[in-house]
Amino acid sequence: MLQGSQSWTFANSPVILSTGVVGGPFEAKGNLSRDFDHLFSDLWMSEASFEKAQTKLMEEAANASLAKINKKPEDMQFVLAGDLINQITATSFACRTLSIPYIGLFGACSTSMEGLALASFIVDNNGGNYVLTGTASHNAAVEKQFRYPTEYGAQKPPTAQWTATASGAAVVGKTGNGPMVTSATIGKVVDMGLKDPFNMGGAMAPAAADTIEAHFTDFNRDPSYYDYIVTGDLGSVGHPLMKELLQQRGVQVTDEQCIDCGLLIYNEDQKVQAGASGSGCSAAVVYGHLLNRMKKKEINKMLVVATGALLSPLSYQQKESIPCIAHAVSIERGDWE
Amino acid sequence: MGQSSQEDIQKTYQQFASKDEPKRPVIMNCIKAFIIGGLICVIGQAIQNFYLYNFDFNEQTASDPTVATVILIAVLLTGFGVYDKFAQYAGAGTAVPVTGFANAMASAAIEHRTEGPVFGIGSNMFKLAGPVIVFGTTAAFIVALVKTIIIQLGG
Repeated sequence: MLQGSQSWTFANSPVILSTGVVGGPFEAKGNLSRDFDHLFSDLWMSEASFEKAQTKLMEEAANASLAKINKKPEDMQFVLAGDLINQITATSFACRTLSIPYIGLFGACSTSMEGLALASFIVDNNGGNYVLTGTASHNAAVEKQFRYPTEYGAQKPPTAQWTATASGAAVVGKTGNGPMVTSATIGKVVDMGLKDPFNMGGAMAPAAADTIEAHFTDFNRDPSYYDYIVTGDLGSVGHPLMKELLQQRGVQVTDEQCIDCGLLIYNEDQKVQAGASGSGCSAAVVYGHLLNRMKKKEINKMLVVATGALLSPLSYQQKESIPCIAHAVSIERGDWE
Repeated sequence: MGQSSQEDIQKTYQQFASKDEPKRPVIMNCIKAFIIGGLICVIGQAIQNFYLYNFDFNEQTASDPTVATVILIAVLLTGFGVYDKFAQYAGAGTAVPVTGFANAMASAAIEHRTEGPVFGIGSNMFKLAGPVIVFGTTAAFIVALVKTIIIQLGG
């Protein structure tokens, strides 16, 4: 049901029945290694190319989420997924294996919440009983497309972010035991004219602030409603900017309340400049770490705001600025046991 | 909202965002680049001396096997995945010497190996190194032209 100008309330409270989270060898050394269902020890993942490895990430995450609730791909009515690689081939190839009616999404790194919002909308409106959603990113495959070759010795500036090798998938169902998806706010494309592809956090912060402000306006809600406002992934440059923008606009969020997936996944010793990025990062952190914390009753309500930079290497070379987007989804523990 | 007010909003944000943006540590980077770049040259000199004193080379001809050896080392380090990590620290120190050129070609070749020998390696190998050759040759041509004109005018 439409709420305010750009939000949905899910009156029937669709439930996240199960999630699957996989990562790569670099993520295995990070802070959240215990929250992954499977960690690959090799970046190639026994595949012939990094693109194929990304497909495998998506498949493994989807299969892990299905296995936990003893479901098969044919039990799913739809799958909504996407990634960062050209024409989202890695996701489409994974969905060829899964053979579930498929809707491909592109929202760059916002795909995780774009997918969860749409999956919940479908389930809430009786469009399906079970809908699978997810996204994956592979460091080498994504950097190959957007930046330099993996082994090229270019010095990265301190504002750069590291594409996570990770995937997260979730099964959204009508009823059952799990955290509820209660509402979602779909973001507008926001472009503040920034052009530096090595400062995505700075470019995406206004989009995140815009969507968060819209969410609280649409629901006439106070930010204190949520234990956490989770962004993914603004990094150490974009995250403080977003908090300041919200303060300027009169959205009173506290420092403890705001966390960022790009700052959670790795530890201090992993030199990733401003933090992590990639569509798989927010999916893995939310579906893994944060839902685990919710299960332990450490979190009751969180607003997850996934942010995406909608650029391509071509648009950047043609000196276009970086348009950005953010989608917010509210996840509540309810009486999940 | 008019076009100009949108531009104002963009400008205000850009100023606001650049205020706290961590800057590249340029002076420190220069110092590191100077030391590492210098070290690479010292190693190069040692290799040249090795060829000079152990083989039948003179000052001029010894530079060929020296460059080849340095390139070989850079390519091997690229293949072993060490070069890019070292370059994050060294910056221009590893980019400016011939090692940087070797790394640019080898890394692109490795990266696109999965697209096959022709369209993968063949067409992508010069992706990063190509501009260096194009503008290096153009610059050399212009400099040579200027030099010739000056010599001709000067008699």
